[in-house]
Amino acid sequence: MSRGRPEFDRERCKGCTLCIGTCPEKILAMSRDSFNRQGVPYAECFDESRCTACLSCAIICPDMVIQIFRLAAVAGE
Amino acid sequence: MPVDTVQEKVVYDRPRSLADVPNHYCPGCGHGIIHKLIAQCIDDLGIQESTILVAPVGCSVLAYNYLRVDGCEAAHGRAPAVATGIKRVHPDTTVIAYQGDGDLLAIGTAETIHAANRGEKITVIFVNNAIYGMTGGQMAPTSLQAQKTKTSPYGRNPSEVGFPIQACELLNTLRAPVFIERCAVSSVKTILKAKRAIMKGLRNQVEGKGYSFIEILSMCPTGWGMQPREAASWVDSEMVPAFPLGNVRDR
Amino acid sequence: MGVILMKGNEAIGEAAIIAGCRHYFGYPITPQNELPAYMAARLPKVGGTFLQAESEVAAINMVFGASAAGARVMTSSSSPGVSLKMEGISYISGAELPAVVVNMMRGGPGLGNIAGAQGDYFQAVKGGGHGDYHSIVLAPSSVQELADLTVKAFDLADQYRIVVILLGDGFTGQMSEPITLPEPSGKTFDKSRWSLSGAKGRDPHIIASMRLNPENALEMLNLRLQAKYRQIEQSETMGDAVSVEDAEYLLVGFGLSARICKSAVSALRKAGVKAGLFRPITLWPFPSAQLAAAAGGKKKVLVVEMNAGQMVQDVRLALGMVPVDFLGALGGITPQVDAIVERIKGYAG
Repeated sequence: MSRGRPEFDRERCKGCTLCIGTCPEKILAMSRDSFNRQGVPYAECFDESRCTACLSCAIICPDMVIQIFRLAAVAGE
Repeated sequence: MPVDTVQEKVVYDRPRSLADVPNHYCPGCGHGIIHKLIAQCIDDLGIQESTILVAPVGCSVLAYNYLRVDGCEAAHGRAPAVATGIKRVHPDTTVIAYQGDGDLLAIGTAETIHAANRGEKITVIFVNNAIYGMTGGQMAPTSLQAQKTKTSPYGRNPSEVGFPIQACELLNTLRAPVFIERCAVSSVKTILKAKRAIMKGLRNQVEGKGYSFIEILSMCPTGWGMQPREAASWVDSEMVPAFPLGNVRDR
Repeated sequence: MGVILMKGNEAIGEAAIIAGCRHYFGYPITPQNELPAYMAARLPKVGGTFLQAESEVAAINMVFGASAAGARVMTSSSSPGVSLKMEGISYISGAELPAVVVNMMRGGPGLGNIAGAQGDYFQAVKGGGHGDYHSIVLAPSSVQELADLTVKAFDLADQYRIVVILLGDGFTGQMSEPITLPEPSGKTFDKSRWSLSGAKGRDPHIIASMRLNPENALEMLNLRLQAKYRQIEQSETMGDAVSVEDAEYLLVGFGLSARICKSAVSALRKAGVKAGLFRPITLWPFPSAQLAAAAGGKKKVLVVEMNAGQMVQDVRLALGMVPVDFLGALGGITPQVDAIVERIKGYAG
């Protein structure tokens, strides 16, 4: 299980790619055939299993596009 | 039968003081990052209800639409004077003057120096992107030697128009300021240091300490004619040698 | 308190404090330097703030901030310094902030001289700064009026959220006369619904003159400003008529030139010439109706100003067909009573 999960508000993404450049795991990329309502391709995570919740992408994003969740396994009852 | 569930906890989210609206800044512009840092610091210090923001003339002229605090415009260059008027009336509020190159170091040079010299208990955030963004990319007092802009199309020639001004070092000749630091928002590493500097600058006001000045080297991809990641690298490789990062004064 | 001898510039300061002004931002310029000096001495004693700004530009922007923060605030200067304040006055007007700006006029244009003059009527009344705005302009003609109109200025500024310009001159500012200090008016104005104080328990307030969205937002602001100005024109004109009922010739002047005209009226009456004087006290809103009533049936009107002819244009506009002549005095020279008397006698033939 990965340590974290990024969630992208694709409508707020301006396609600046700062997050893609900063991700240490290199798991972010611009969408290929998809555009948001601004007509801009948006950043997304193509392999959430390798997210470490380092927060780098969220920290550098100028547009508050990214929320980061930390994941924890909880033993069932 | 025991079933593992995955619990999610949000660890990075919009600060309460950052308005949930899209901003008008260009892709990769540093203003969005800096606004976010200021909002985080306001939340961390619990001063959303006692902060007043003075916006400049420049790309961030609408800054008061993005930070959920009392806000005010100022004529070009005059934010430190407007901030002085506000702080003298409400000394218990935290007053922030947010300014760009032209605002702070061209038309507003006198207001910048004298608010600092008087030790006005305000926090000045200086966004230095070495260019005049809003008006289409003209030369700024902080434009680098040989930097090409709309009004220095052959590159800034120091023998005609002088050299870029170093605001932190300039203000460091004055006795009154209590905090002067230069940061950047070009990488996660520099952004985290910038946040700490902004935090100190705001906390100084909460503690009634005096005038704080934080200069932040910032990207202007549109003005520089670069892609955002290229612009972030340009801050590190070209701007930092001309404007060294680090703390200049911390009393 | 009884009668006290006060210098004009200082009377303004004391009246401002009586009116509850506790914040003053200014810069030295002759012939009004006694006012910042007076405020520097008095304001700290009443718990107020005096700040000598780095320039008149900085001072008017400090006024913007302090007014945005809800305080009664004043700045003062003289003609060249008031030119520097024009951008700030436009901003304050567009943001609908209250402020009192004192101009003790001196000779111009340019650096000019330091004598009293009246060359800034256009600047005060017709704009000076950019855009469609008006300031209420008050024209005192004695030290007593400097004091009384200062108190009134703060009330008008707060009531209408407008700049009020106290348009004095260097001579009146330098004169010392016995006056009775005005009483506070007792009026209060609640600024809590718009001023900046920290958004505690409420939505943030924004003070700005810029309107970008929607497309007609700036038009809407301007329409609201214009409606305000029409209301002020209806309610706030002030003027003073002296010996006009049976007069055949009417003098019109403001401020110091009106005071000289008053002496001319006495001299003319003694010489058997029926002269009267109408003195606008609000230059904006201009007391057109009162002026027209005073000028009704007069053979000739003579406007006397210490400039090349500024208020005379508004007099001509207000009076339509009544023949209006002009006598000016330039560069800080005052018009002489004898010259006015001779001119009026000349009409009589």
